[in-house]
Parts: sequence; C-alpha cells; structure tokens
Amino acid sequence: MSENSHQKGLIIRPITNGTVIDHITAGEALNVLKILGITGTTTESISVATNVTSPRIGRKDIVKIENRELRQDEVDRIALIAPQATINIIRECAVHNKKGVTIPPLLKGVIRCPNPGCISNTKEPIISSFEVTRKGLQCTYCDWLITKDIANHII
Amino acid sequence: MDHIISIRDFSRERLDHILDTAQRIGDNQYDARALSGKILGLLFFEPSTRTRMSFETAMARLGGACISIDCVEASSIVKGETLADTIRVISGYADAIVLRHPKEGAARLASEFATVPVINAGDGAGQHPSQTMLDLFTIRQSMPLEQVDVGLLGDLRYGRTAHSLAYALSLYDVNLHTIAPKGLELPPNVVQELRSRKMKVREHSSIEEVIRDLDVLYVTRIQRERFPDTASYYGVASSYRITPELLEGVRERLIILHPLPRVDEIDPRVDALPYARYFEQARNAVPVRMALLLEVMK
Repeated sequence: MSENSHQKGLIIRPITNGTVIDHITAGEALNVLKILGITGTTTESISVATNVTSPRIGRKDIVKIENRELRQDEVDRIALIAPQATINIIRECAVHNKKGVTIPPLLKGVIRCPNPGCISNTKEPIISSFEVTRKGLQCTYCDWLITKDIANHII
Repeated sequence: MDHIISIRDFSRERLDHILDTAQRIGDNQYDARALSGKILGLLFFEPSTRTRMSFETAMARLGGACISIDCVEASSIVKGETLADTIRVISGYADAIVLRHPKEGAARLASEFATVPVINAGDGAGQHPSQTMLDLFTIRQSMPLEQVDVGLLGDLRYGRTAHSLAYALSLYDVNLHTIAPKGLELPPNVVQELRSRKMKVREHSSIEEVIRDLDVLYVTRIQRERFPDTASYYGVASSYRITPELLEGVRERLIILHPLPRVDEIDPRVDALPYARYFEQARNAVPVRMALLLEVMK
C-alpha cells in the first residue's frame, strides 16, 4: 500500500450506508456538525476532513456520517454556510443519490432572530421566519437583517 | 383581507389611493354612517394618547363603535395569555383590530392569527405606518410630491418615524437631506437601500448649511437617554433647535413637520410662523385614519 493511499484510507474511508457531505466551504466542517446536532456524545461514526485540496473549489472540507440520511431541513441549514456543498446518500457502498444544496427562499425555524426585541424571541406560538434576499437574511417579523456570521444564528 | 402592517407593503398607487380618500374626507365628502354597526378593537399594550384617541375619533366619525382593553394590568395578559390567543379572541368580537405592542413584529404575528384586518399602531422600535401616511398627507396638502427637497432632522438612527417616512418618500420624486448629530445618523444600510431605489440622499452635519434649500423640514426628537450626560445632550440639542432666526431667508413654501410630542426641538415662537404645520399634521391623523378604517372594513 502506497503512503498516499494509506493516508487516503485514514482520512476518507468509504462508508457502507449514510451520508457524505462533500465540497463544504473550507473551515466550515465543524459548523456543519453543529447544525446536525452532532456532538461528542452522539453515537454516529463520523469522519471529518478539513482543508483538503479540491480542483473545484481550491480547499474544501468533507464530512461522512454513517447510518444517517439527512432530512431536507438539515440540508437547508447546511446550504446557508456551505452553498457549494454536495450531498451523497450512500446505500450498500454505492452512491444512491447525489445532489447539490439550494437555499430555500424562506427559512422557517432555521435561524434565531438576533433582535432581543423581536416577537419571535418570546413564548408566542410561532417559529422563526427569515426571507432570503440579495442583501442577507431578513426576519419576517421585525425586518432585522443578518448579513454575516450566519452560522452563529442557526438554531 | 387587508392588513396595515408596514409601509414597505405599500405601492405608490395604493398609498395615493388612501391619501386621495383622506383628502375627500378632509373636504367633508364622506358617509358619516359608512361603518355603522361595525366594531373596532383597540389593543394598546403600551401607553398612547394621540394615536389611540385619533383612531377612536375616526371610528366615531364613520358611525362605528370601539371596544378596548383599558388596563393591561387588569386583563388576561397578566395571567400569561399569549398575544396570539388574545388576537384570536378579540377577532371574535371586533370587525378590525388596532394594535400597539412593545415587541417588534407583533403586528405581523397578529395578522397571522387574526380573522379580521389588523392595523399596526406601532410595534416597539418597528413600524407605525399610519403615522407615515399622515406625514405624507400633510406634505401633499401643501405641495405635489414632485421635485421636493425634504430634510429629516434629529435622531435618524433610532427614530422609526424617520425610517418609514424616508422609505415612503423614496416612492416619489423627492430629494432627501439628512441632518443628524454624530452617532445618530441614518444607518448606512438604510441610506444604501434608499439610493438603490434611485433616491438622491445627501447627508449634512448642520441645519444651517441646508435649511434654505428645503421645501419640507421634518423634525424628530433627540432623546436624552442617547447621550452619556445632560451637558452633552444640551450641547447637541441646542445646535439642532429650530428658531425664527434660523428660518430667515428660507424658501417661501417651506413647511415644518414634527410627529409630536416636541420638547425643545422647536422654539414656540415658530408656531406663529406660516411654516409651522405640526398641529395641522396632528389634526390630519383623523381623516387619514378614517381612510384606513374604510380601506380595511368596507
């Protein structure tokens, strides 16, 4: 076994069933795990590679999660911080489904409004709602505009 | 169902339609029984005198009646009821709801739960669209909204009336001049948005340099709590005070507006000058709110 393939095996070992999130913006892999609720106490087997060379986007991160297929709302959240990511659903060692991510025009229950005076931060029976605009993410309720550090506002 | 939540929801055509209706009402061309048998629910979770009384007056002039929560402390709110539940209940009593609430976005929430139209009468630091409409109406009474130079003076950073008015004016042929103390300027993203809407916006640091180039001067209150101490407040406030001396040599058609209450921003001697229109502006609250009530309940 060459040194290269040995490294490859260590870093990005193929999985039998689960999800491979590829082409994540370099440095965002840990935020992707945070979005997916994966912490040190969860039971999934996870592989994370950061700052891997990519012909397509220069540097990228990769996350592999065994025995878990992502839901659409999870994919929507990932799109916010890694808009070039691709999601590969793996079944029986083969790519069952491969797709890019798209940010939906309306994010429901994805972002917490940073405005402490916003009605969406109270006990009212509503879920947060943000419209995706060219300028950034705009709260449907109080019009607050988020233009940076989006990962910090993801629920 | 028509809700009146934010001035941003309005096109120029719809604003003009409401202002035209208000004009006819101002000329006494209206049916005093138009809303006979209708009930307006007034939900004020924050103190208000003029907004509340002008809505009550508007409803009475159209032959309708009002119900209200007189005292939030004595209502089910203190028992922990959500605004959503209150709105659902009052929707069963009233034909329209006027809401003032301390939280931003409260009116938008109310519109999701109400089965009758909701009119936003101020949500925290957010929107107060009927105020903006009566500001526009007062300008339009004096001059057509074409090639008008409007100056916004005061706290333009936190003042919601200034933001809403600037936005509404960007729908018309208006040059905007902003005059604000350091630190209280119109936020850059608001300026950028106005410019992207093809509005000419010029920022000034003193009122003297621009007062002779204005057709409308809109004065807002500079709040004392924005300053670290009383001395620095008075220093700034006195340099932004409107006096008869300042107004020498201004354009003949200049009008001065203020959403009221005023404190020290306008010298009382200005009240007697032909430029002063702020009390007329306050009176215009009634025809404009009558037009809004007709718009949502007819």
